[in-house]
Amino acid sequence: MKRSKDPESQAQPKGLSRRGFIRGVGLSGGAVGLLHPEGEAAPAPAVLGPGPVPITLLVNGKPHKLEVEPRVTLLDALRDRLDLTGAKRVCDRGTCGACTVILGGKAVYACSVLAIDAQGKPIQTVEGINAGGRLHPVASAFVNQDALQCGFCTPGFVMAAKAFLDRNPNPTLEQVRKGLGGNLCRCGTYVGIRQAVLEAAKQMRGGARNV
Amino acid sequence: MIPQNFTYQAPKTLEEALALLADGTAKPLAGGMSLIPLMKLRLAAPERIVDLGRIPGLNYIREEDGKIRIGAMTTHYEIETSPLLRARCPLLATTAAHIGDMQVRNVGTIGGSLAHADPAADYPAALLALEAEVRLVRAGGERTLPIRDFFVDVFTTALEPGEIVREVVVPVEAPGTGTSYQKVAHPASGFAVVGIAARVRRGDGKIALARLGVTGLASKPFRADAAEKRLEGTDGAETDLRAAAAAVTEGVEANSDLYASAEYRAHLARVYAVRGLRSALQAA
Ligand SMILES: Cc1cc2nc3c(=O)[nH]c(=O)nc-3n(C[C@H](O)[C@H](O)[C@H](O)COP(=O)(O)OP(=O)(O)OC[C@H]3O[C@@H](n4cnc5c(N)ncnc54)[C@H](O)[C@@H]3O)c2cc1C
Ligand code: FES
Ligand code: FES
Repeated sequence: MKRSKDPESQAQPKGLSRRGFIRGVGLSGGAVGLLHPEGEAAPAPAVLGPGPVPITLLVNGKPHKLEVEPRVTLLDALRDRLDLTGAKRVCDRGTCGACTVILGGKAVYACSVLAIDAQGKPIQTVEGINAGGRLHPVASAFVNQDALQCGFCTPGFVMAAKAFLDRNPNPTLEQVRKGLGGNLCRCGTYVGIRQAVLEAAKQMRGGARNV
Repeated sequence: MIPQNFTYQAPKTLEEALALLADGTAKPLAGGMSLIPLMKLRLAAPERIVDLGRIPGLNYIREEDGKIRIGAMTTHYEIETSPLLRARCPLLATTAAHIGDMQVRNVGTIGGSLAHADPAADYPAALLALEAEVRLVRAGGERTLPIRDFFVDVFTTALEPGEIVREVVVPVEAPGTGTSYQKVAHPASGFAVVGIAARVRRGDGKIALARLGVTGLASKPFRADAAEKRLEGTDGAETDLRAAAAAVTEGVEANSDLYASAEYRAHLARVYAVRGLRSALQAA
């Protein structure tokens, strides 16, 4: 079980409840006006929310304008507002990888990034990786290697694999295993997935042999 | 799972951020890897969020006067892959590589990890062994604490309301120093069931310096002083390493949970302390 999922299930030191502590910190105080260092009139950054705020997300090369509350995650904005349902919502807390998208060139958990915070960086989702009517090498390798069963984890794995290969073009099997350690497959298709990533690596390097 | 509503502000300078945080009612947001899941579970429900992510100049790794300074917003991935750290303070880079997974390391920051103070987090072991310092700032003031004084208890640090972690300072390793991080990762969460950071230096054929940082074992990370003392001045023979490692759990109340009983955790700590010391000595 992931740690932050249930901090209380972990060791309890005497006298201090983890949950009680976190709640105490989180709930402290009410909203107050902005404080400025004495005598300074610097324009404070705008207070956004709690209601909907206009934002722009640059998804698969196109800017999308939408209005979301600050608490809306990138994943929910993509799925519920932009109808890009490739990234899946499974654990919704950074544990399973099903929501993986590429933000500013890096694989991230879309469920754990605020949409408002994802502005200004290119966002790539599984819908945006194929070019010129051809499957991306990672996607076609998944097909070739039969690297899925129910397919629910696949978009996340494909995006994680793409980001991983962009950094490590010539990985070993062990590096693939470690590199994709953030993605879970409930159907247990890991062997096929790792083979698919090795095949895609080969394709992307122009067919050179893996050493 | 949707967090409670909050207002969001993204200051562009540290001064603005500190002013917004000054009254202690807002939570700073760094990578969000711990905070956002906690907010979804309503274990944290701040009414104001101050995003530190738009402030330039909080993300750096640079060497100055024999020390390496790391900005609070530097990500685990940046620390793991930093050529400067790999060459001059490898223990921190190696330890960062053990944190979570690719997606977490891409986004999670050293400042966020320290402030969150999970008793099973990886950095604390390394930072204790390195005798690092943390620089804390708040509106109108700053202070520097030895890392030892920073961790107070489970999820509890010395940070005062309105105060944030500004940077972490680690030494450039002296020649003859070897380090190693040994971790028993929880198979599901990836966090440390036990993590041992070992740092040893040889001088005149003896162990001149020994440092052991321990995470995961107790309610807060700690330095195993008794074990360090037992090792210093010895030849560093296998029997010396074992004798030292046996002292790692002395006087420690070990954590117990579904995965690992206190007894098992303590056993792991002793076994991994030997491994850590052995591999640090090989690197020295
Ligand atoms: C799936 C998963 C696996 C993980 N595995 C590991 C692991 O194996 N080992 C490990 O060590 N960690 C692990 N983590 C935790 C990870 O390292 C987090 O990145 C880290 O704990 C928090 O950093 P953050 O930048 O995301 O902070 P946030 O989540 O943004 O913030 C965490 C807390 O710190 C406060 N804060 C943030 N920055 C500052 C600052 N500069 N000054 C003061 N307060 C601040 C916030 O208000 C919040 O209370 C894991 C996380 C996940 C989701
Ligand atoms: S849904 Fe985001 S990691 Fe599981
Ligand atoms: S194919 Fe079913 S979860 Fe992976």
